[in-house]
Amino acid sequence: MRSGIIAKKVGMTRLFLEDGKQVPVTVLQLDKLQVVAQRTADAHGYTAVQLGTGTIKAKRVSKALRGHFAVAKVEPKRKVAEFRVAPENLIDVGEEITADHYFEGQYVDVSGTSIGKGFAGAMKRHNFGGLRASHGVSISHRSHGSTGQCQDPGKVFKGKKMAGHMGAVRVTTQNLQVVKTDADRGIIMIKGAVPGSKGGWVTIKDAVKKPTPENLILPAALKSAADEAKRLAEEAAKQAEEEAKAAEEARLAEEAAQQEEALKEAEAEIDAEKEAGVDPSGEKKDGEQ
Amino acid sequence: MDLIAELEAEQIASLGKDIPDFKPGDTVRVGYKVTEGTRTRVQAYEGVCISRKNGHGIAGSFTIRKISFGEGVERVFPLYSTNIDSIQVIRRGKVRRAKLYYLRSRRGKSARIAEQTNYKPKDDGKKPVQGSAT
Repeated sequence: MRSGIIAKKVGMTRLFLEDGKQVPVTVLQLDKLQVVAQRTADAHGYTAVQLGTGTIKAKRVSKALRGHFAVAKVEPKRKVAEFRVAPENLIDVGEEITADHYFEGQYVDVSGTSIGKGFAGAMKRHNFGGLRASHGVSISHRSHGSTGQCQDPGKVFKGKKMAGHMGAVRVTTQNLQVVKTDADRGIIMIKGAVPGSKGGWVTIKDAVKKPTPENLILPAALKSAADEAKRLAEEAAKQAEEEAKAAEEARLAEEAAQQEEALKEAEAEIDAEKEAGVDPSGEKKDGEQ
Repeated sequence: MDLIAELEAEQIASLGKDIPDFKPGDTVRVGYKVTEGTRTRVQAYEGVCISRKNGHGIAGSFTIRKISFGEGVERVFPLYSTNIDSIQVIRRGKVRRAKLYYLRSRRGKSARIAEQTNYKPKDDGKKPVQGSAT
C-alpha cells in the first residue's frame, strides 16, 4: 500500500484521440504537494503519511498548525490529509510528490465532497416516482406517498427514505482511469467525472478493486528523485558533450598542426623555388628575348 | 487564461485542424473517415448546416441535415473530431435564424434557402480565441 495524493479539481474538458474517439476528462491539479508528517507504528500505532497541499497565508493559520508546519519545515498548507501506507512506503517529511505518481491507463479511486443540494425532496434524493399528474392528485405531485403500514407497527421504520439534506458528503468514485499526466504542470487527467465542485479538493488513491499494477512507483513519484534523475541525465549529457568537445578540439588541433606543417612545407618549397626560381625565370626571359 | 482554456487551446493547436468559416444555412460537405475492417476511407456527407453549438472551442459541434432517399437525415459532428477529414463550404445561405430547426417540418420548395451573394470572409486577420469560454 502506497500513499495517495491530494489534488484540486480544475474542471472538465474533452480529449480527441487519434482513433477518432473522444474522452471526457476531469482535470486535477497538484499544488506543492508535500509530506508534512509521518505516522509510525512506534509512535502512533499505525503507519501513514500526512500530506499537505495548496498555499495559505501564514497569518491565517492557527498557531498550533503553524508550529506543525514549522516542525516539518514546509510552507503552510491549505489542505492536509493522511494516507495509510505500508511501513516500507513511508516518505520522508518535506518530500514533494509529482503527477507522475500515476501512470496513464491506471485505475484509481477518487474521493471528494459532493456538491450540496440542500433540503431535497424524495424524488430528487431517492429517485422516487412521485404521484400522478391527474386522477384526483392535488398539490402533492412530488410527494413521497405512504411511509409505512397501519396501527401495526404503528411507526415509521428507521432509515425510511424521505426528503432531507442531500449532497455535501464525502463520496468516492471507484475505478476511474487515468488518461494523461503532466508532471511539469502537475496535471492529472481522469476519465469521467469526480465528486465535488470546481476548485474543490479530492484525494486520489490506487484502485482497491483492481490488482496492484507492477509498474507503480514506490514509495511515490518524488520531485527530489525526478530532480536527481534530471541532474544525472544533465551531467551525463554534459560529460558526453565535453568529451565530444575535447575530441573535436583534439581533432581541430591536429588539423591545425597538420595545416601548419603543410604551410611550413609549402613555404619551404616556395622559398626553395624562389631561390632556385630566379635563375629559371631569368633564363626563360632570356630565352624569350 | 485559466488552465482548462489553456489545455483546450493547446489541444486545438496540436490537432492542427483548418476549420472554414461556416454558419447555419450554409451547405457543407464533410469528409468523414469510415473504418471498414482494417481499411479506412473517407465518406462525403453533404447537406445544410442547421445549427452550430458551443462556439469555436474544443466542445463545438454542428448539425448537418440532408434529404437522403426521401428521408430527412441529420448528423451531428464534433468540430474538432479526429474522424473528420475535411470540411468544405459548398454554398453560402442567407438565413435569419441561428438554429434552422424549422426546416424539419418543411419539404421541397419551402425548405429552400436563398444564397448569400455578398458573403465577406472574416477579415480581422486573427483567429478568434479558441477554447476560451468568452
